Order: sequence, then C-alpha cells, then structure tokens
Amino acid sequence: MKRLRIDSTVIVLAILVLVIAIGAILVATVGRSFFSPGNIRDILTGMSVLGLVAIGQTLVILGASLDLSVTYVMSLASLIAATTMNGNPANIPWAVTLTLLVCAGIGLANGLIVTVLKVNGFIATLGVGLILQGVLNTSFQGSAGSVPWAFQLIGATGIGPVPISTLIMIGLAVVVWWLLGRTRTGAHLFAVGGDPEVARLSGVRTKPPLIVAHVLCSVFAGLAGLLLASRLGVGSPTVGQQGGYALLSIAAVVLGGTLLLGGRGSIWGTIGGVAIFAVVDNVMSVMQVNPFLKDVVRGVVIVAAVAVYSRRAIVRRRARFGPGGTRTGGDAAAAAAAPDMVAAAVALEAGAKDTGANDTGATDAAATDAGGEVRS
Amino acid sequence: MSDVVRDTVLRAEGIGKSFFGVTVLSGIDLEVRRGEVHGLVGENGAGKSTLMKILAGVHAPDAGEVWFEGERVTFTHPRQAMDAGLVTVFQEFNLLPERTVAQNVFLGREPRRAGFIDRRAMISRTRELLTELGVTFIEPTARVGSLTVAEQQIVEIVKALSFDARVISMDEPTAALSDHEVELLYAIVRTLTARGVAVIYVSHRLKEIFDLCDRITILKDGALVSTDDADALTPGELVRRMVGRPIQSYFPEAIEGTTIGGPRLELRGCGNDQVDGVDLVLRAGEIVGVGGLQGSGRTELVEGIFGVHGFTRGTVQLDGRPARFGSARSAVRGGLALVTEDRKAQGLALAQSVLDNALLVVRSVFAGRTRAARARVPGILSSLEVSARGSDQEVRFLSGGNQQKVVLAKWLVTDPQVVLFDEPTRGIDVGAKIAVYQLMRELAQAGRAVLMVSSELPELIGMSDRIVVMRDGRLAAELPAGSAEHEVLAAATGTTEAADDVVADPRVAEPGVADPDPSGVGKGDAP
Repeated sequence: MKRLRIDSTVIVLAILVLVIAIGAILVATVGRSFFSPGNIRDILTGMSVLGLVAIGQTLVILGASLDLSVTYVMSLASLIAATTMNGNPANIPWAVTLTLLVCAGIGLANGLIVTVLKVNGFIATLGVGLILQGVLNTSFQGSAGSVPWAFQLIGATGIGPVPISTLIMIGLAVVVWWLLGRTRTGAHLFAVGGDPEVARLSGVRTKPPLIVAHVLCSVFAGLAGLLLASRLGVGSPTVGQQGGYALLSIAAVVLGGTLLLGGRGSIWGTIGGVAIFAVVDNVMSVMQVNPFLKDVVRGVVIVAAVAVYSRRAIVRRRARFGPGGTRTGGDAAAAAAAPDMVAAAVALEAGAKDTGANDTGATDAAATDAGGEVRS
Repeated sequence: MSDVVRDTVLRAEGIGKSFFGVTVLSGIDLEVRRGEVHGLVGENGAGKSTLMKILAGVHAPDAGEVWFEGERVTFTHPRQAMDAGLVTVFQEFNLLPERTVAQNVFLGREPRRAGFIDRRAMISRTRELLTELGVTFIEPTARVGSLTVAEQQIVEIVKALSFDARVISMDEPTAALSDHEVELLYAIVRTLTARGVAVIYVSHRLKEIFDLCDRITILKDGALVSTDDADALTPGELVRRMVGRPIQSYFPEAIEGTTIGGPRLELRGCGNDQVDGVDLVLRAGEIVGVGGLQGSGRTELVEGIFGVHGFTRGTVQLDGRPARFGSARSAVRGGLALVTEDRKAQGLALAQSVLDNALLVVRSVFAGRTRAARARVPGILSSLEVSARGSDQEVRFLSGGNQQKVVLAKWLVTDPQVVLFDEPTRGIDVGAKIAVYQLMRELAQAGRAVLMVSSELPELIGMSDRIVVMRDGRLAAELPAGSAEHEVLAAATGTTEAADDVVADPRVAEPGVADPDPSGVGKGDAP
C-alpha cells in the first residue's frame, strides 16, 4: 500500500496549529482573546519548565532509554540553589554551578547504571529517583533557602510578551538541535537508539552517547529546577513531583513524534508537543474547566496523537508476493526505480567495456548518460 | 572470467569452529585472488555463513589462520576487518532505516571540521561513491527506510567501498531482488572486480554463481569439498558435490496396513504475501515432505495452512468441505496441528510444567475437554517415552529431544487429523528423532495426513512418500519417494541437468522460469 510519509515534526506542528485554532475559537466564545499579549505570555511561561525537562528527556529517549528521576532532580536542584544562594546575589554564580554539577553527577550515575550495569533505563532511573526522594525527605522538612530578587527576575521578566525563561529554553533547544545534527555524539545517539548492533558493527562505541544523553537530561532537569526556584523564591523538596514532570515530559516527547523505542525523533517535535500541552492547559484555565477534566483531556490528546503515529507501521517481514512485492517502498517506488537501475546497469557495462576500470572519467560520463536518459 | 592469474589477497588456512561442542567448520582452506569473484556454495548448514562471519571478525576461529594482504590477521571486532579493507555485506541489513544514506555510509566515521560533522563533505563523498557505481538515482540525503531493497543493498555496498575495501563478501545479496535489480548488482560487481576488488559471493542461486564467479568453493557439512575454476564445473556437477553422504540415520518403514486414502486437506491456488500459487493435496496415510532452501517459503507455507499468517488467495478444503483458517485457533478447531520450527520460542511455555504444556492447546481451544485430556496425558507421555522427573517438572530443564516430545504430546491430546511438522528433528538426539519418525508413521497408519518440512535431505528422502520442493515462495517441483539428494537440491536451487549447456551464455534466463529475459530489459531501454 502506498503511503505518503510525512515528517513527524510536520504532523506535530499541524496538530499544534489545529489545537491553537480550536483553542482560539473556544476562548473567543467566553469573550476573551487567545492572542492577547497576556495570554501568550501565560502560554509561553507554561512551556518553559516542561520544555527544559522534555529537551533532556528527548535525548535519553532517542537513545532508547528513559529518565524517571527528573522530578526528584528538579526538587533537589531547587533546594541546592535556594539554600546556597541564601538570599545573597553574590552567591548566584556559585549556586548555579554547584546545582548543575550535582545534577550532572546524578545523570552520570544514571548513564553508568544503564550502560555499564545494563539495567533497563526505566528501572535504573526509578531506583535513582527513589534514592533522591529518600534524601530529600530526610534532609528537608519543607521549603528551604531563599532566592535573591536578582535571580527571581529570570522567572519574572520578559521581552514584550516573551518571558526570558522561554527564550533560554528555546536557545538551549537550538544548542541540542545542533548537537544532535552536527556532532558525532548526536549521530551515534540516533544509531545506538535505533539499533545498537548495527551501531556496534559500524564501529560506534555504544556507551558514551547514552551516558552523555543521561548527563544532559539531568542537567536540563536541574535547569528546570533552577527556574522553579526562581519563580517560587525558595527551594522545595516536592516541587518536581507536584508537577508530575517525569511522565508529562515523556508524554510531550512521544507527542512530539519521537519513537519511544529510540532512534527517531527531533527536538522541534518535542517543543511542539510541549506547546500543545501548554495551549490545551491554557485554554482550559481560561475557560475555568474542572481541573480533573484537564487530565482527561491531556490523556485523550496523548493517546490520540500516538495512535496517529502508530498508523505508520514498521515493516517486519518483507512481502514476496502481492502489493509491495519485495520492496520496502512499495510497488510504485520499485517501478519508479526500475528504469534508473536498468540505465545504470547498461551504463556501467558500457563503461567497463570501453576503457576498463580505473578510468573513472569514463564511468562518470556513462553515469551522466544514464542520468540524462532517465530525465529525457 | 579472465585468464590472468592474479595474486592472492586473502587466504584462510585450516579454519575450524565449533559452537557448544558441535563442530560447524573444520579444516577450511580458502584463497581469494585480487579482482576475482569467488563463489561460496553449499547446502543449508554447510557452514558458509559461519565462514563469512569468521572472515569478517564477528566470530573468532577455534583453529586456523587468516592472511590478508600478506599479513597474518586476527580480527576481534568487525570494525577492525573493515578498516583493514575486508568488508562484509551481511544478509540481514546493517543499516539504520531512520537515518539518511550519507549518515549510514559514514556511521562511526563521520567526517569532521572544527569538531563538528562536516555534512557537506559527508554528502558529497557519498555522492561520489554512488556515482562511481553509476548510481545517480539515490540521493545521499534520502532516508534509508524510504529506499527499495535493491537500493538499500547498493547503500550497503557503498558503505563497504567507503572503507576502501579490497575484499567485499556478500551473503545472499540477491535474495530479495527482482531481475533488473540483479542485473545492476551484476554490473556493480563487475565494476568492483575491474578495479581490483575481490568479491566473495555467497548464493543459493547457482545461475548467479555461474554468471558471476571466476572460481567456486564448495562446502559440505562444515568441510571443504573443492575449489575450482567456474569454467571447469557444470551446475549438475556442482549440485552433486554439494550433496551425497552415507546414510547413517535410521528411518522406520511405513507400518503394515498403512494405505494412502482420499484427500484430507486440499489447497488450490493458495497464497499470501510470502507464498504464491500453492496447489497441494495431503492424503490420508501419506507423509508429504517439503524441501527447499532456507528462505524459500517453507515455514511460511505451513504458517499459511495453519492460519498463523493465513492465505489471502485460493481455496482450502478439509475433508472435502471448504475451510478457511484465519487464525491458529480456527485451524486447531478444524483438526490441524503445527509442530513449529522454533520449539523454545513457539512450541513451549518453558517455565511451565510438562503437564501444563501438554494441556496448553486443549485448555485454550477445547476447554470443555480438559478433564478427559488430562486423563490421557500420562499415557501419551509414556508412549512417547518422555523422560522427565515427573509431569510437574518445568520443561526448560528437559533435553531438546524430550522437549520436542512434549510438543508432540501437546498436539496428540487434541487428536489432530492433519499434522504439520516444521523441522521436527532439529537439534534433538538420535533416539528422539526416531521417536518422531515413528510417530509420523503411526499417524499415517491411523489415516491422518502428515506434512513435514525438513532441511535434512536424508530425512526428507527417507521419510516422505512424496516430496514437494519450494523455491522463492512457490512449489517448484514434486518428486517421488526415494528421489536422489541432488535431484531435490537441483529443484531447490533452480538448476536442471539441462542447464549444463546454458552455462556458456550467462545472460540466458533460467529454463522453466517465466520471468522476462533480464538482458532483454536492459537492451530495450538502452540508447
């Protein structure tokens, strides 16, 4: 069966546009404006924390792992930052550095447990998360520390309707996008997540990319924790858990078209997924919908979106007869490729007869002939 | 196909390998010359793939030495072999479908500039490599999953070439290709050899072997039979060398009183996306053997009959009444049984007891009969001579032979009328084999219809009243009982004795195959 393949990021953006359109109409029915600067600021603010977590989550999921410990890392980060700053603006640089270093250490532990001890990512990060929860509960009896005003401004100010926190999140998304597309670590992360055996046979060292992904994931959770601390003005041992960020970020990543099995996905899809959640939440708050119904709607959105993606089935066994024949691309693709194949074969044979092998010029010329013939 | 004797690029001496105490290869010598196409042929299980994997560095040999470019080499990782210039294109694709052509070709070796991947260089280098093969229709930026199988194969070859390969081994490269795609592959192989690259070509298709290869090495049962110039061999001779062994096994004769009766299961024009045009009648009291090479569609045939991957075309009649099995459940209800090829994954619940396994099918399909079946189980188990500590022992602790007997017991309690066996004696001891053979004979005597898929030619010939041979998803031939091994193999590979005189002109299509002449297609489109 011929099936047009659309890039999943495009689908996500299409869904986002649809959600915005429906949202705008719904909001208009209660006599409010969806596109007012205030409302846009609300939506973007809602995106920034989940966006940071989801960017990190995208990395580990691309590597066919998961991170359930992000919520606890966020809480821990908010506490470390708030207690280290202790109301003094001079402590900000050191507090941020310390927080991110601790988070990186947790990510390193996650990565090593997953790659070296070969514990499934779900279980490994669940375990690390529980350990962190224990540490949080024994060390802190409630909110602690104090965040100086200078740091609180990060969560509070913006340029026009765009909050600084959202700009930071988008900026980091660009960095991660670059990392995935332009570094070997990024390329190898896709390979390890897609098929570790193929990666290994191609000479990829399979552990480092996944370890890096876990470290970055925890660091991003730490950044989200810092942002929460800046908004709350204090550190809280439960702020991450209250938001349910672990499962919500995984949902946003999957909603963004990234394959939960790893190897396929994009950072912009994830941002799209986060935006969809933010818009849905915003519309429901504006319309003052029952908060429990909110979760119902979120659940429906996740299931519906993933059902759409899974329509694009993965071919397990190639058909020998019938539609599609022996070709993965279907009959049409095979038929389209046939004349090219024949032409190339003829050209190659001709080239080989003419001058023999090492004359690449002849082969090139023959190849060009073949190309020209196809076009004509 | 040149007369020039070229120097040796790869030499293996006395290669031996065993897995879990079973010798798979012993004393293999192989010498590959620069710029030649070296064919590697043998039956299923002759050791071709293992030899390829040893050369590629996937497995380490237990004995013997490999010399490459005049130096002794011991590869412990496939990448080492690739970097040295000895690259293998395996049967199962080694590509990431979600990544682009260029990303796949340079996976693990992405060119960098200032620390970042130089995409432009990666793409242009990939394009160059493709162009060298005359391939202008694959975009380096295309996603591999969107390419046809043949195009993916080309990408694999390009990946091999990007390593500056001196030797490329190809394992069954044409298994999934159509005619003009095979033509292009031929052209590419010739281009490679003209450049001085040696190609080791493993194929079941003897026509291709004779079309392409300069020399041919034949393996049988893990041992070297011969290495000869292709010109010195005929397809008939090749097939004879691949088979022929003393009959060591014991095959019970048909039990007295067995008569071949009327049809029990009739297939007319059956097919799905794996098999096509199946006309087959299974009669009461008859054992029909199904031969064919790996991947020829034998398992798919029995899965089609049994409704696992049901037929989408054609008609099925069971005892003269039309039947349609869309699921295994409906087939079991109809009185069919399938002893699957993979006992551990598909035949048994390994962590459950012998009794639970024996009742598995009855409980799930004929729940009402469970009590009666439970009473019969001990008798069936003892008649099969299952040796277990008790019927409550978990089957994973049993030997392969005893596990297989439990599978048989599982089906016998359902009192099946048509029994399909897929490789019933694979990996079991001689005693258990004989028990399986005996059971088939008993089923036949009781008027049941029996179908047996087997890769072991002596077994196929020794047990079958009639042998059908599959090739490329179709029933290619039907042979009488007592046919010679080479006759079965010839049918399975598509060689006939008449093919001997075809060898001179490799472009002539196989006799008896309705496909258009591949060279004709090429000429028709040529300028």
